[in-house]
Amino acid sequence: MVNFFPESPLLILILLPALSGVVLWAIPSEKKNWIRWFAILISSIVLVLSVGIFVVFDSEVGGIQFQSSYNWLDMPGSWGDGSGAFALSLGVDGIAVMMVLLTGIVMFTGTIVSWTIETDSKDFFVLYFLLLSGVFGVFVSLDLFFFFFFYELSVLPMYILIGKWGSSSVFPRFSRSKEYSAMKLTLVLVGGSVLIWITILGIYAQSGVGTFNILEIQKVVEENFSREFQIIFFLFLMIGFGILAGLWPFHTWSPDGHVAAPTAVSMVHAGVLMKLGAFGLIRIGMELLPEGAAFWMPLLIGIGMVNVLYGAMSAMGQTDLKYVIGYSSVSHMGYVLMGIGTLHILGLNGAVLQMFSHGIMTALFFSVVGIIYERTHTRDSLILSGLAKKMGVTAALFTVAGLTSLGLPGLSGFVSELLVFIGIFQSYGIWGIVLGSLAVLGAALTAIYILRLIAKVFFGPIDPAWDDQKDSGYRERFATGILVFVILLVGLWPFPFIEVIESGVAPIIVNIQGLSS
Amino acid sequence: MNLHVLIPELLTVALAFVVLAVDLFISKSKKSILQIISVVGLIGIAVTTVLFCQKGQLYDGLLIVDGFAQFFRVLVLLIGATVILMSGKFTTRQSEFPGEYYGILIFTVVGGMLLGSSAELLTAYISLELMSFGFYVLVAFDRYNDASNEGGAKYILLGAFSSALILFGISNVYGLTGSTRFEEISEALNSIPSLSPGLIVGFSLIFAGFAFKLAAVPFHMWAPDVYDGAPISVTAWLATGSKIVVVALLVRFLLQGLLPAFSEWQVIVIILSVMSMSVGNLLALVQTNLKRLMAYSGIGQMGYALLGIAALALVTDQGSFILDNTNAVVNGLIFHMVAYGISSLAFFYCLIEINSHTGREDIASLAGLSKRQPLMALVMTVSLFSMAGLPVFVGFTSKFYLFSAVANQDLLWLVGIAIIASLVSLYYYLMVIRQIYIEKPDENNCIGISKLSKLILGVFLVVMTLGGIFPQPVMNLIQVASEAVITVESVLSLI
Repeated sequence: MVNFFPESPLLILILLPALSGVVLWAIPSEKKNWIRWFAILISSIVLVLSVGIFVVFDSEVGGIQFQSSYNWLDMPGSWGDGSGAFALSLGVDGIAVMMVLLTGIVMFTGTIVSWTIETDSKDFFVLYFLLLSGVFGVFVSLDLFFFFFFYELSVLPMYILIGKWGSSSVFPRFSRSKEYSAMKLTLVLVGGSVLIWITILGIYAQSGVGTFNILEIQKVVEENFSREFQIIFFLFLMIGFGILAGLWPFHTWSPDGHVAAPTAVSMVHAGVLMKLGAFGLIRIGMELLPEGAAFWMPLLIGIGMVNVLYGAMSAMGQTDLKYVIGYSSVSHMGYVLMGIGTLHILGLNGAVLQMFSHGIMTALFFSVVGIIYERTHTRDSLILSGLAKKMGVTAALFTVAGLTSLGLPGLSGFVSELLVFIGIFQSYGIWGIVLGSLAVLGAALTAIYILRLIAKVFFGPIDPAWDDQKDSGYRERFATGILVFVILLVGLWPFPFIEVIESGVAPIIVNIQGLSS
Repeated sequence: MNLHVLIPELLTVALAFVVLAVDLFISKSKKSILQIISVVGLIGIAVTTVLFCQKGQLYDGLLIVDGFAQFFRVLVLLIGATVILMSGKFTTRQSEFPGEYYGILIFTVVGGMLLGSSAELLTAYISLELMSFGFYVLVAFDRYNDASNEGGAKYILLGAFSSALILFGISNVYGLTGSTRFEEISEALNSIPSLSPGLIVGFSLIFAGFAFKLAAVPFHMWAPDVYDGAPISVTAWLATGSKIVVVALLVRFLLQGLLPAFSEWQVIVIILSVMSMSVGNLLALVQTNLKRLMAYSGIGQMGYALLGIAALALVTDQGSFILDNTNAVVNGLIFHMVAYGISSLAFFYCLIEINSHTGREDIASLAGLSKRQPLMALVMTVSLFSMAGLPVFVGFTSKFYLFSAVANQDLLWLVGIAIIASLVSLYYYLMVIRQIYIEKPDENNCIGISKLSKLILGVFLVVMTLGGIFPQPVMNLIQVASEAVITVESVLSLI
């Protein structure tokens, strides 16, 4: 154990971004560069910390590490004076470690990409950091109250971030204003959290332990949670978290929201926030309602498959670059849902790795589209063509993201999707072959729309309108370079990552399989 | 006689007379002195109450000054002081008689203070009327404004009607139980096997009357017009102080007096609660005037308060009482009322400042506020988020606490309705926030505010945020209050 590593790094992860807002507010608005450098400073500290947590986390020991707990609010009741009913309990297992790492990387690159924001950049960074503070909070909370607290906190700034710094889309026959998208996103997500809130209170009341601590509740799952209870409330969670994870047919907020959001927010949103849904389903759903999970998983895997195919086909029909990526996110989250649905150790490993890989990949996608949009002021793939001649590096970056997306071996998407497929084949017998083949078909569809897009936008004859375009700058290359590096690292040398994930996944699967046997 | 327990009330009455008297002797240009006297006086009384408070009973238990009464007494004093602080704009510009305004407002504070300590129905009735009569005048105080007059007329007619309902209900209860004291009503109810029709009528009428004061659906019709017509500072006082003390009275009355008949009246409260939450929040969706919006959102908020009241006890199928979680529910209820009070006051404070610049009260008048006055835009947004129940603000913590406590009383389905209702409410709060942060301003001039206003806004901001992220100190105070109201003989004897 390294000595200089802070005692409770997780608390710093949550507090630092949130509190940096206070300092940002003190910087005068005219000093734009100070604001930017300060934001970069904060996010690099967070990046170092999250990489540190990943490195220090011991996958051989497994379990929950970096645990700490702070009593927060009492609630008297039949269990006594109720001290510590609400406590800020922090800790990470193998799954959460990966998510923290992902968030750290996306936050850092997103901050660099946001350099170009000119209007009210101070307010933007305050809200952006508040959003990330919430995201970190969800990943590291071991307490249902704080889980929900941070979950809501990560939705709240989105409304203003999209509504103010976002962009509207105009189509031939209709338009999607950013105000509309922001309102839709907020209401749909909070609508999902209604179900989560009800479930959390249900779990709390039913457990009778008088605390929201997940580990404490886990001890009484078998005696206090009847099968019917678990089945009803797992469905609530599946829809509630599924909404955030882009579960079909509740996914429609996600392309609209991603498209309307400014680049860095799209990166965080598609890259990290959608993962909150899948993470919550694993953390609360599978750990606290295992029988319910076992009951509903066949449905989840089926819907996941619909996600994959529906998302891919919708992406094929889009002309706006961001909408293509938005729908491809829906499609890729399908693999995550399918992986969770396998209830198989390889499948779930794959799901978590896919969460990580898709987070990095989609962040790369959105930052590249951001680069293009800043220069050409359009995202319409019908207008753009031949950009590679002027923007070679940008084209290469987009191609890397595209190839990851269609699952080219050697890149991170291949490893995770392969694990998911193996999980499906192994756990669902003959149905698994059908479902698995359809999911592979989804990957083929991805290849169609991604390659077609690359061919149209970057290659072919260059439109004279784009003759004087400049390629991406050193700042953008640095940010995207980090993402490409991570994609290659996971693609070529996935085992350290898988080991960490498996240390978190294995106990969950063992627990659920123990119930059915 | 140990009148010393009533010293805060007596001091407040004295303050009201001082204000009325000073008003006679100072010239018209110096009337702002009255505001200073009132604010300093009320805060001074609050401090005195905290420091030198003595607990005890008066008039053979008609008035009980315990931790609960103490808590609400101080709370009402502080809210009253804040409202008077907000009233400067109105009294200097529109009213010719600031002395009367402040004097009457302080009398309503006295009524509110007494409500929390009443342990008998007629005392409660008199306190309630003391407060209501003040309001009848205050609502119509903008006397050359038709809307204000209309609001005042509506309020006094319907208010008198609801008072008559309460009185008639009290007479029924007195006739059938032989007492109007909460404790003795409880004993009488314990000794009879089931409620007689007369008692049911009596209790229903009392509930209807209180529901009117709370503006719970279907007794809410007066609220939007009265809120709309009244001067904004009076609206703020009506929306916060008057609601909070009526809830306090209800908690004491229902716990100490009516608990034996819990399973009978629980249904009534649940119905009132569900209707208030759904109708209030749905009607708020279509409002364009900020005061009317707050009226409907206040109706919805009262639904959450009634939700807590409906969960005061848990009755098993065998008819025995389980009061394990009552403490938590009362805590949650008080906490949520405090949170609602602070958030609404912050909102109204901003509204008054903006109104004095633009002269408008519609939602669109807030367009581009974040450009014209960033601090106020922030405070207003925080107050809206807090009322909508989003973290990190006090409204979220209080709502979560209340809902958890209620869920523990086997009322998860009711909590589910409440959570859905608060989703609905988020939409109209966001529509206001959209104007503040996203829309472009109609006119570009900044709204200048005084240093004092900045300070007050800062205090609101800090209180709303700290209450959300560091609630334990507040909860300790609340715990004292709720323990006092629960640990009385009439409640303990039921377990």
